[in-house]
Amino acid sequence: MNKVDPGRYHQLLPEVIPLLASEELLFGAKAQATRYAYAEAIIELGERNPKVVVLDADVSKSVGTSKFAEKFPDRSFNFGVAEQNMMAAAAGMATAGLIPFATTYAVFASMRALDQVRNSIHYPRLNVKIAASHGGLTPGPDGVTHQGQEDLSLIRAIAHSTIVAAADAPTTKLAVWAAAEWDGPVYLSFTRDPVPILFDMSYPFEIGRAVVIREGEDLTIVAIRDMVCQALLAAEMLAGEGIQARVIDCHTLKPLDEGTILEAARQTGAIVTAESNIMYGGLGSAVAEVLVENYPIPMKRVAVGNRFAESGPYRALIKKYGLSAEHIAGAAREVLQRKRR
Amino acid sequence: MWQVPASVEELKRIAVEIRCDIIEMTCEAGAGHPGGSLSAADIVTALYFRIMRIDPQRPDWPDRDRFILSKGHACPVWYAALAERGYFDKSHLRTLRKLDSILQGHPDMRKTPGIDMTAGSLGHGLSAGVGMALAGRLLQKDYHVWVIVGDGEVQEGSIWEAAMAAAKWKLDNLTAILDRNHLQNDDCVDTEMPVEPLADKWRAFGWEVVEIDGHDMEQIVRTLEWARDFRGRPVMIIAHTIKGKGVSFMENQVVWHGKAPCREEAEQALRELRSCLV
Repeated sequence: MNKVDPGRYHQLLPEVIPLLASEELLFGAKAQATRYAYAEAIIELGERNPKVVVLDADVSKSVGTSKFAEKFPDRSFNFGVAEQNMMAAAAGMATAGLIPFATTYAVFASMRALDQVRNSIHYPRLNVKIAASHGGLTPGPDGVTHQGQEDLSLIRAIAHSTIVAAADAPTTKLAVWAAAEWDGPVYLSFTRDPVPILFDMSYPFEIGRAVVIREGEDLTIVAIRDMVCQALLAAEMLAGEGIQARVIDCHTLKPLDEGTILEAARQTGAIVTAESNIMYGGLGSAVAEVLVENYPIPMKRVAVGNRFAESGPYRALIKKYGLSAEHIAGAAREVLQRKRR
Repeated sequence: MWQVPASVEELKRIAVEIRCDIIEMTCEAGAGHPGGSLSAADIVTALYFRIMRIDPQRPDWPDRDRFILSKGHACPVWYAALAERGYFDKSHLRTLRKLDSILQGHPDMRKTPGIDMTAGSLGHGLSAGVGMALAGRLLQKDYHVWVIVGDGEVQEGSIWEAAMAAAKWKLDNLTAILDRNHLQNDDCVDTEMPVEPLADKWRAFGWEVVEIDGHDMEQIVRTLEWARDFRGRPVMIIAHTIKGKGVSFMENQVVWHGKAPCREEAEQALRELRSCLV
């Protein structure tokens, strides 16, 4: 286990930095599912802004929005198992000036109700926030039907969409509040399982602005949501081999912070992307599009391959399906070889 | 400009003018959906010239009644009513479906003054109406939400999700009108995918249901006024209509669901429609 150099980190909690030496240490420390951070943030938001309403589709107990319902019964609407109706009703509410947070799981928000999400929310640019829990492989044991591995790709393909997937609980709260201030639809993605708490509320969260959280010169790892902590772990594995990786928390998938990514491309010359979304159309695709058109350099995507996963513990799944810190580090070694050729 | 609120006799004249607009605009566009526009024309006329609390000078007035054409393909009737009511100049009607027009092939709330909700993908509008009605209640506004759904459209499952929700929340500030014209794009509704018994279904879902002749202006006005004041649950008005109503060769012909008249056909249609005025 190598010693972690705190001088390379930005925004990270000081007590978290030494834990990056191993996954066991990091996941053994403070962690929270970001769905619960959303549930906390929405209550604070409800206190501040009377126009905020929460729409549920029978998973309010799972996501935690049932607490909002207890506190603000007039502003909470449970639509039952009817996500399509919930989304179009959210659109109708937004036309009257409310700020609806339509809450469900990623698979249902992005697929069951995709037609409503496209035609009734994004086409008219209505001020609906789509709160999607169970992102990526984080609902591990629930199995494939509940693992949202396509939502980032599908929502990214819709005009006017904004997609935010924060890395931990505190930045998820900041993301929820920023989404409420954002004029227009925002798709918010949360984890089902706990992810390590990396930051605090001083994090400079701004929709559309990626944040460099680790300095490095040899390559850059661009990560989103639950893969940010894996990217940090990978960076420390690589540091042990004398490789210094820059790590970017790319919490906003769209609009993508092209400036920060191109700067990293020019300064480090190689890029790895990391997401627990399918490899088609998500973060890896978005970064590849920017690089190919502006500054082509060696790049590799760490993402779910052309397959469905299975039931299993979340952390075991990301190892089996090629998304763990070891896989990110492996991808980094590969792009470095190509960079040096 | 027409006098509002219009009398039943005036409403009948306005409806003829709106039907003529529908023929003119779809002919000019070379495409569109005249059949389902003509079947809804009397109801839309009554809403815009007698029933709804609206102000064409302030299409975004927060206290206005809302109208949603959930069967969005019938938007020629909506555009004609908005133009006749003064939301925008009638000259726009000739730009339907053309490049740079404010009148899209299906309703776009961001392009057309007076369009309260974008529509086109069937099965969304009633849900949007549920959302507007819930918002009105929460914001303590006394506006009423009117939604026209098609009889083919109720084959969409999400319509019944919305039906459940409206009943759950006892949305008596929401009225749906089902344009029961018996035809959809491919075929007769009743053979393609039967939807009956409609009244029993909506009653079973918790709605107050009435059936009317959707072309009897007096009955339309009376029923809409009653529905606006009904309390305790949402109202469904099943309006028995004729697809293509008012144009002999279009009436009850499935082909006129989504086909525009050529110039010759349009002239004949206009002659027939205007003959009702004398």
